[in-house]
Amino acid sequence: MISKEDIIKVASLSRLSLSEKEIGQYQQEFTNILGFFDTLSEVNTDGVKATAQITGLENITTEDVVDSFSSEKLLECSLQSKVKTQVAVAAVM
Amino acid sequence: MTVFPTTIAQAKKMLELKKISALELTNLYISRIEEFDKDLGSYTQTCFDSAREQAKKLDVSGDFSAPLAGIPYSLKDVISRVGLKNTAGSKMLENYEAPYNATVSELLEKSGAILLGKVNTDEFTQGSSCENSALQLTKNPWNSEKVPGGSSGGSAASIAKYLGLFSIGTDTGGSIRQPANFCGVTGLKVSYGRVSRSGIISYASSFDSIGPIAPTVDCTARVLEVIAGHDEKDATTPNISVEKYSDVNIKDLSGKKIGIIKEFTNADGFDENLKKSFEKTVEDIKKLGGDVVEISLPLTKYAIPTYYLLVKAEASTNLARYDGIRFGETVKVSNLEEQYTKTRSEFFGPEVKRAIMMGTYTLSAGYFDAYYVKAAKVRTLIKEEYEKAFSLVDAIVAPVTPFSAFKIGEKTSDPLAMYLADIFTVTANLAGICGLSVPTEKVNNLPAGIQILGKAFDEKEILEIGSVIEKKYNFSEIREKELV
Repeated sequence: MISKEDIIKVASLSRLSLSEKEIGQYQQEFTNILGFFDTLSEVNTDGVKATAQITGLENITTEDVVDSFSSEKLLECSLQSKVKTQVAVAAVM
Repeated sequence: MTVFPTTIAQAKKMLELKKISALELTNLYISRIEEFDKDLGSYTQTCFDSAREQAKKLDVSGDFSAPLAGIPYSLKDVISRVGLKNTAGSKMLENYEAPYNATVSELLEKSGAILLGKVNTDEFTQGSSCENSALQLTKNPWNSEKVPGGSSGGSAASIAKYLGLFSIGTDTGGSIRQPANFCGVTGLKVSYGRVSRSGIISYASSFDSIGPIAPTVDCTARVLEVIAGHDEKDATTPNISVEKYSDVNIKDLSGKKIGIIKEFTNADGFDENLKKSFEKTVEDIKKLGGDVVEISLPLTKYAIPTYYLLVKAEASTNLARYDGIRFGETVKVSNLEEQYTKTRSEFFGPEVKRAIMMGTYTLSAGYFDAYYVKAAKVRTLIKEEYEKAFSLVDAIVAPVTPFSAFKIGEKTSDPLAMYLADIFTVTANLAGICGLSVPTEKVNNLPAGIQILGKAFDEKEILEIGSVIEKKYNFSEIREKELV
């Protein structure tokens, strides 16, 4: 059974706050789901390269050219207060 | 008898011959939405005024030469369109308005198609029933107690009920093919990279594919011709030419080697009636001249854990951007970390939270190699297994779902059971190949069908085979009779 501490730690990494009920629920669900994922250990993957993306494309580049796009439109998407063309946030520290 | 066109080809002919104007056609579909959608719940937003404006302009110009000129359609509510909200079926983006157009959206506008609105999806496209939408419930038009499937449930339900002539959905693990199957319409999961994902809200970036849901294979092919292609804005779109997909050059299946996956046919929990229907279709494929070959893909049993491990990990990364700062809802508190946590906890639904938790767990230090990297290696082996299979056969025919559309609420308490139901669809996404879902007949009083899988960028093959199979069953006739 996945420990309560593990669930709380993962929730903190995920920036999610969970109720006691949710913690218990995740403990049970994860134990089942992760047990299911464990079947992958049956597959011999010695010398096999992991797939990061499926197209096989490599080193695709694009020119760093400024498009005509108004930052106002992007700023409108934020509910934070704005300072000129920047979004103001609470102090980090 | 239908009094309006029910395929793109029919509509194009009527428009070109001036038997109907673009405005009349648009209004026909709008009145169907107004009449049927309050019960069906497929549209999350409509844009009828701009649709009518666009139609009027087209009528004034008199030029219907563009490939989809005057054809009404919808976009799954994860595809950006300026002037409309892009909600991803979530509370988090319920009020978010797209600041730019998705490439697909631009291409369709250039092709003359007329956007009627956005359609419902499971929240952040995570789900297989559309029940995870935080906004509204969409029902199956064949039986209002059943789900339409998901995550492109709004797309499939609206097309089945003729509330548009095509819809653009997304397929990460079956989200086009399964709802198309549940709703008795055609759905195409394109090869990964065939259609640009620029401007489309991601679920799992190495799995997502964008494709059409439409009444017939020909409709699907015509839309694909417009939306497929390399895009500078999407680095995962290879520079591979777009073919004339709507040109079908075969009359039957003679000369075609068709594979049937042994492990699918023998899958646990495969409904007896659906299995019999599938086996009957296989016999029909033989009668149509197809050379049917049984193939074995032993890694099939690892497909679901491989898929879910990888997609939830990728999803947790993609969902990290929703922190209440640059877009989406926010909880105003003076501490930054609290703002992130409170915003995400309040505005994400349960399946999305589960995905984030699971993905974060499998990506965290100490678990990354055992889970994520292991699954990514198994994915390589599954991809190779399919490549080997396609060196032996031209296409693979497979079932789409192990059971028919289920009752609303029936499967919401067991997430693992819901995941296991994707067994026939996830392998195409793992391998990056293409798959076309085609309805064949009614089973258990609901639509049933098959999917045709083709190797990467071989959409032409599966569309041709699909059109032959579609002609054999003529399911559109049944759909028109019951749902128009």
